[in-house]
Amino acid sequence: MFQKKNLLWLVALAVFLAFPLVVTNPTYTTIGVFTLLFMACTSSWNMFSGYSGYIALGSGAFYGVGAYTMALCSLHWHMAAGAAMFWLVPLGGLLAVLVAIPVGWVVLRVRRHTFVVITIAVFFVAQLSAINAGFTGGTAGLSLPFITWGASYYNVPFYYVALAIVIFITALSASVRRSRFGLQLLAIRDDEDRALGLGVKVAAVKLTGFSMSAFVIGMCGALYAMFIGQIYPQFVFDPLFDISIALMAFLGGLGTLVGPLLGALVLESLQQYLTVSFSNGSLYLILFGSLFLIVILFMPQGVVVALRDRWTKKDERERDAVASNETTLMASGTK
Amino acid sequence: MTILLKATGISRAFGGVQALDGCSMEVKKGSITGLIGPNGSGKTTLFNVITGYVKPDSGSVTLEGVDVTNERPDKVFALGIGRTFQLTRIFGRISVLENMLVATQREESWLRGLTRSMSSKSEVSAAMEWLDFVGIARLANLQAGALSFGQRKLLELAYVLVANPDVVLLDEPAGGVNLTLVNQISDKIRTLNKSGKTFLIVEHNMEFVMSLCDEVTVMHQGKDLVSGTPNEVRANPLVLDAYLGGADDDDDMESELEHG
Repeated sequence: MFQKKNLLWLVALAVFLAFPLVVTNPTYTTIGVFTLLFMACTSSWNMFSGYSGYIALGSGAFYGVGAYTMALCSLHWHMAAGAAMFWLVPLGGLLAVLVAIPVGWVVLRVRRHTFVVITIAVFFVAQLSAINAGFTGGTAGLSLPFITWGASYYNVPFYYVALAIVIFITALSASVRRSRFGLQLLAIRDDEDRALGLGVKVAAVKLTGFSMSAFVIGMCGALYAMFIGQIYPQFVFDPLFDISIALMAFLGGLGTLVGPLLGALVLESLQQYLTVSFSNGSLYLILFGSLFLIVILFMPQGVVVALRDRWTKKDERERDAVASNETTLMASGTK
Repeated sequence: MTILLKATGISRAFGGVQALDGCSMEVKKGSITGLIGPNGSGKTTLFNVITGYVKPDSGSVTLEGVDVTNERPDKVFALGIGRTFQLTRIFGRISVLENMLVATQREESWLRGLTRSMSSKSEVSAAMEWLDFVGIARLANLQAGALSFGQRKLLELAYVLVANPDVVLLDEPAGGVNLTLVNQISDKIRTLNKSGKTFLIVEHNMEFVMSLCDEVTVMHQGKDLVSGTPNEVRANPLVLDAYLGGADDDDDMESELEHG
């Protein structure tokens, strides 16, 4: 069972590694890059919001910070267009962390609905700052150093760097889930006050998780800016980004390792494909909306969890175990 | 016997309601101390003040002479005061064993949590021992949300105990539990007490309190009314008055008090 699971991961990795070698059409490799970016962001978002239950709808702010880090640094440092700019990707992540720490310090004081609303507010503050601040170029946006790689080859380096980020966040998310820190996040999700009363330093734990999540999303934003070559505040600070990654995580299975990856893989590739095929950029929104309704109604825990529970007959198992233990408890009490 | 936990002159108002009004009490080391009183007399608020969930307007709490007033709940727990809640609170979406492991890191810094795995072998075996002690070891790998109410009570007791606190505060351990389980919980507490564990118990079930406790403090309208052995308390006319008279009327209490 354990080995079968590992084998599946390896097969998936092989498929992703081989994809740009087999499929060379730039239209599809572009879809591949976007899909990987969303897989990384969704997985990273899930590592904090999914595990801790703090549903953030403002992570687009970190994506934007990453994108502007890439654009501004490459321009101001007069970097030669090319592979060297990839070094700015982790820097975009670090800048996102620098923003996340003070933001998190404030917003993580409130919970549930208030938290959701306040993260949306923070997002729009970030977007408006990018539009109005002088150094961002305002609504005219910024043009990055123009990379002159051939059309057939252009996507490939981006694809593999994005894949590396996906592997990094998957490994990180898995090790968080196995660590004491991850257990503390889950405890916070289930009952924060109780966790506090059992010695969990909830404020520090939440802020750490929030910042770690921002790091990977910032890296993705930086890579995105380099990939696109031209950024505008309304596109790198995109409210639909926030909603999309939350939706993808919910669809796959909030708080699971594989769910958000699958959700992003299916939804983002589908969205890109629809956009390419029907030349209507908003068609996917209708589809996403309906899909979301169906999932929330019938599989509120996400597809992965719903299928796994059905497969292992979880309900039945639990009922039996609880009932038999109840009988044992009563019997030992009467003797 | 030395005094382990001491609350002195605790006052706390919520808006216009004076929930605690200069309440004092003490828990002797190695004792089982009961805390009773009519509904609304401030027992749970006192628990919340002792464990750091509510900051008192005035007064102080000390554990073995160390001032713990105004400390955060995680710090209070690390110092050695563990508690359960009246409305049983467990972590519903992680396994029973994982529930136990949340509590095993009493004095660990948060940075340590980032670098270590969820559990060590010794923590798991300690957790399993406690689960076995309360009788739900076979449910260890189940999602805790599936447990029955009684099993949740046992789990909550177990995960407070696994951290080995110096004093355990139990908020209505017998509330909403059937009689067989009440007796079992009472047996467990007695067993633990014999091995040196100190308890402070809020409970409405008079039979439970009077049979179990060495000392009982009666609270009324935010003040400590009487403290003494169960027999002294039962014979005290002030106690009967508190339960019978005034706005805090509670008919069941009176008969239970006499029969208990």
